[in-house]
Parts: sequence; structure tokens; C-alpha cells
Amino acid sequence: MRDGLGSQAAGAQATGPALLLRGLRKAFGDVQAVDGLELEVARGECFGLLGPNGAGKTTTIEICEGLTPPDAGTVELLGMTWAAGAGELRQRIGIQLQETQFPDKLTVEETLRLFRSFFKRGISVDESIETAQLEEKRRARVAGLSGGQKQRLAMACALVGDPELLFLDEPTTGLDPQARRHLWDLVDRLKQAGRTIILTTHYMEEAERLCDRVAIMDHGRVIALGTPQQLIATLGGEDIVEFAVGGSNDSPVSEARPGAPAPSSKDSPVSKARPGTPAPSSKDSPVSKARPGPPRAVVDAGLLRAIPGVQSATVDEGLHRLSVTELHVAVPRIFAALRGQGLHLSEFRTHSATLEDVFVKLTGRNLRDE
Amino acid sequence: MNKLETSSLYQLTMVRFRLLLREPEAIFWIFIFPILLAVGLGIAFRNRPADVLPVGATTAQLTQALAADPGLKATTMDEAAGTHALATGGILLLAIQRPDGVAYKFDDTNPDARTARLLADGAVQTAAGRRDAVIAANEPVHETGARYIDFVVPGLLGMNLMGSAMWGLGFSIVEARQKKLLKRMVASPMPRWQYLASFLLSRLLMLVIEVAVFLGFARVAFGVPFRGSLWQLGLLCVLTSLAFSALGLLVASRARTMEAASGLMNLVMLPMWILSGVFFSATRFPAAIQPFVRALPLTAAIDAMRGNMLQGMSLGQLIAPVGILLAWFVVPFAVSLRIFRWR
Repeated sequence: MRDGLGSQAAGAQATGPALLLRGLRKAFGDVQAVDGLELEVARGECFGLLGPNGAGKTTTIEICEGLTPPDAGTVELLGMTWAAGAGELRQRIGIQLQETQFPDKLTVEETLRLFRSFFKRGISVDESIETAQLEEKRRARVAGLSGGQKQRLAMACALVGDPELLFLDEPTTGLDPQARRHLWDLVDRLKQAGRTIILTTHYMEEAERLCDRVAIMDHGRVIALGTPQQLIATLGGEDIVEFAVGGSNDSPVSEARPGAPAPSSKDSPVSKARPGTPAPSSKDSPVSKARPGPPRAVVDAGLLRAIPGVQSATVDEGLHRLSVTELHVAVPRIFAALRGQGLHLSEFRTHSATLEDVFVKLTGRNLRDE
Repeated sequence: MNKLETSSLYQLTMVRFRLLLREPEAIFWIFIFPILLAVGLGIAFRNRPADVLPVGATTAQLTQALAADPGLKATTMDEAAGTHALATGGILLLAIQRPDGVAYKFDDTNPDARTARLLADGAVQTAAGRRDAVIAANEPVHETGARYIDFVVPGLLGMNLMGSAMWGLGFSIVEARQKKLLKRMVASPMPRWQYLASFLLSRLLMLVIEVAVFLGFARVAFGVPFRGSLWQLGLLCVLTSLAFSALGLLVASRARTMEAASGLMNLVMLPMWILSGVFFSATRFPAAIQPFVRALPLTAAIDAMRGNMLQGMSLGQLIAPVGILLAWFVVPFAVSLRIFRWR
């Protein structure tokens, strides 16, 4: 018995790209959801579409899945088009949609048996249950599954046809961190088994962790394309320093802020977010939100860039963001420079550069600003 | 796994069947409710010995004359009390002694009151010495098939087939659309026609149980007659169910929310509950709206079933209602296939 992870057909006649998009456009009313998209995904690749909500990720993936007709442009999957090869394509791709609710009163096994019956060939229902690690829930009704288990069931339904190409639309949205990691492990194993996977996400660490290559999307266009490492390298430094300074005469700035979200940021204005910290912490980070507060002083960007190790500097609503190499050397220099200006730090934190920082640099917005 | 179990049409149909059986409310409405209704109506309209009609009279002599008829129960009361009793339904008729004869007060639109008038006058005239010109003898007949329960069982059957087909199809489809399950299904290689066909197939499976339980009960408990051919009755049930399934499909083909579907469903079914002759004959409606009433699928279904069960008519004699049902199957089905919203 095979483990259900690897596709039999994958690699058999693997020539040409798994997915090819040319000049793709789609508008809903006067909203241009997809605006001239060009993409090429190689076979065996795990490719991520990363972007904020409303960037056009789901529209793009649903056009690829043949669920939404594009206004213009061409879509080629496994060398076929939807117009000519819909019947065969449906047999060869696996799809997980963003918010499918399977019938509450069917069991896991019955649901999978149903989906398996649609495919001419594929893995057995038992294999799919094993792959999604739902053995214990085999006879449980869908209503009794947790969010993570439901999502793994959706994944299993996408896998029963042993697809060469797998589409996952926001596979971990709404899951708790543990369920998310569980799902990542599953995707990892599918990836290692050589399937082509195309996924959308607005979690940058998900894209970094899972994807060989990432396209960052905004307003229906690809604004950056490459491996996560390449994209992060465009920032110039491997760490990010963020700080704000109070004017010299308003002293305990950190206490005077109304509506400060977390007490921790009040108590310890200087904090270091470690690499690999799960998304929610950076999502809830006060830095990413514009909010009322006492005026912050602005330090001249030229002065900051002059500090050795600082690659770039931007200021947004009083929050300074520096891209830095050799953090341990640069930070004392930054402190010294600010002290030299007679400025008090009201906030200070650093983290390893992520795709989020790439997005911020490219758009001036945060990924999760909606 | 054998071949049947891996067939998608079989799986889709079994899923429909399982989902229905796991819905306790659906079981109640489909199986229990029509039986309860038949029991209730059977009790309310059971055939009793001919009613004794309560009447009043203003003099003791008149009361005695009226009491001579076994069909009347006479009480003496003055005119004021009698008028009050008439108004409150205590008596059906008040016989008033007048100097020049007898006057009857009664509601001439009430059939029972008119019967009371005939009996009372007969009794009064007989007491006064009238002799019958012709000798008449009564030979009472209690024929099954002419009772109310015999009339209402085909009506309830039709109504039940309408309800279960329309709710069964309409609700499940709109729910699947709302939960994006429909979209997920068409994203798989599932043949679309099989999805819709699975509803019809599971409906027909349920139909066998539903009709057998209900008609079996009506037969055993009330002795309702089956004068026509049983397989033709079965065919009529299938045709009725298909027609209402098609109508349910049409109602569900665009609706995005359950609320919209419920509203549409009631809009479609309400006129038929009232007009199609479930509880009383549809011929009672004015001639002006008869063409409309006749064209309704439920009227056609019930007419055909009554024709088969009560009058023993064959399909050949029921060509008009069968034609109407066929039209109600083909047209809504064709239209909904064209306009069906898969996502």
C-alpha cells in the first residue's frame, strides 16, 4: 500500500509548467480583482500566492480551478486549457476551497467515499483518511470535528483523486496555531512526495515555511516574485529594527498612551520578538496600528542611514523602521546615535526580516490592514 | 468494493438518503404527520348514526308533536328564550304557535336547519292528521367510498407528496449552495446531472416507503377503498412526486438563502393548499377561477388519485390530469436546468 502522499502520475510525463497564466484579468463590477497577471509554476513546486485580503488571490486561484471564467488572458494547467480539457483536468487536479462546509450529518468516511466516487483513479478512502490523520474520526460526523479536523477533511477530499496539481485556498485561515502547524506538516509531506501545490495565504510565515516560491499580490497584480529568501534579501538586511522616540520634554511616553492594546508593551517598551514567533503576536503588535497618542518625534532618516549596518530607513507615523545587518553591532550604535540627539526611546523592538517586511516595504501597508 | 459502491450516482443517492434519515424532523413531517392528520380527520368526520337535531317549540302540544319524529329532540321554551337559543346554536329551529297555524324560525342557509324544517313540518302535519298519499319505505345504505375519510385520504396523499418533494429538494439544494458545498461539488469531476438525478432517485426511494406506510394505514384503520389498479396508483404517485420535485428544483435553482427559499416555497404551495381540493372539493370555487384551479399540479394529482382510488378509473380515463402533471414535470425541470446557479 502506498502512503497516499505522492502522486502516481506526477513525474510521469512531467514536461512543461504545471501552471501557466498569461495576461489574466477579471473584474467584478468596477473592482478590478485581477489585473494582468502573469505566472508560471513548475512541476513539483510549492507555490504561494501571498497578499492581504482583497488582493485577488482567491479570484486568481478560482480562475485556475476553472470555477470563475476570466475576462481576458489564458490559463494552462498541465499543458491543457479549461475550454478543451475540462473533463480530464477535473480528474487530475485536487481542490480545497476557502469555506466549504461538508454536510454535518455525514461521517468522515462517508464524505470521502462520496468524493472518491467522482474520480476514475486515485487513492483508497483508507489511505486518504490515514494521510489526513483522521483515523480516530473515521466514523465521526462532520458536525463533531474541530476546525483543524474539518480542514484536514477538506484536504483529504482534495487528495482522493491522487491529483498531480493541488490547489489550497487559505488552508489555515481561522485555525489555532497548533492546528495550523499540524496542517503545515501535512502540506510538507505532500510537498516532499513531489506534488505540485499552489496555495494562497495571508500569513507570511506560512508562505515562508511551505513555499518554494512566492508571488506577493496586491490589487490584482504580482508586485514581487521569488523564493522567500530572495524576497527577504531585497530588504538589504536580515533584521528589522523598529522604534519610536518621544520628544525630549514628554518623558514617560509609554504610560501616557490611551488605548494601548497590550499591557506588555506598556511595561516593557523594549522587547525582542524572536524569529519564528507565530503570526498573531506580530498581528497584534501595537506597532502595526496607527493610533492616537502623544506626538512622536521624527529622527532624520539620513542620520539613521549613516549608522554602519543600517541598510534602509523609513518613517511611518513616527515609527522608524530600519533594515539592519549584524544586529548585535548595529543596535548599540543606534542607541548611541539617539542618545546623542537627546531623544528618549518610547518603543523599541527587533525581529528577523520576513515577507511581511517585504510587503510593507513594497506597499507601505501591513499585510493584515483591511 | 463492488462496482455499484464506487459509482458516483449510487454514492450521491445514498448520501441524500442518509442525510434525510438522519433528520428527525423530516421523518416526522414525512411519515408521522400525514398519519396523525388522517387519524384526526377520521375521528372528527367519522360516520355516526344520523344526528338527532335539537329544536324548540313555544307550546307543550307542539313539542309533543315534534317529539314524535325520532330525528328531532324537542324542548318547550318561550319565543324570547327560543330566539336566543337559535342565535347561540342551542337549537336549529324554533316552532312558534300562531293563531292561524305554525311558524318556523331557522337559518335557511344551514343544511341541518333545513333538514330540521322538513322533519318538523312533517311531524306537525302528521300530528294534525295528514295522511301520506304514497307509501314510502326507507332502505339505509352505508357505502365505503362515499365517506369523508375516503375523500380526504387521496387529498392528504397528494399534499404530502407535494410537501416532501418540494422541501426535500428545495431546502437541501439551497443549503448546499449556502454552505458552498455546491461549488465544491462542481470543482470535482462529478457529472452535474448526477447531482440533480440523485435527488430524484432518493425521492423515489422515499416515496415507496412514504406511500406504502400512509396508504397501508388508511386501508387498515379506515378501510379506505382501492378501486383502481394499484400499479397505476403507484405510477400516479411517482409522476406527482416528479412534478413537485421539478417545482422544488425550480424554486431552489437561484435562491441563495434559506429565507428566500422558504418564502418562495410557501408562495408556490399556499395557493394549492387552499385551492386544490385537499379537504373539500375544488369544484366549490367559482367557475371564473376554475381553469386556474384545474391547472395547478396538486389539483391534477388529487383528481387523478381520487379517480383511481374512489372511482376505479384507469390511466386512459385520467388523461387530462396526467397530462397536466407531465407538463409540470417537464417544463420546470427544463427551465431549472437552464437557470441553475451552481455556486
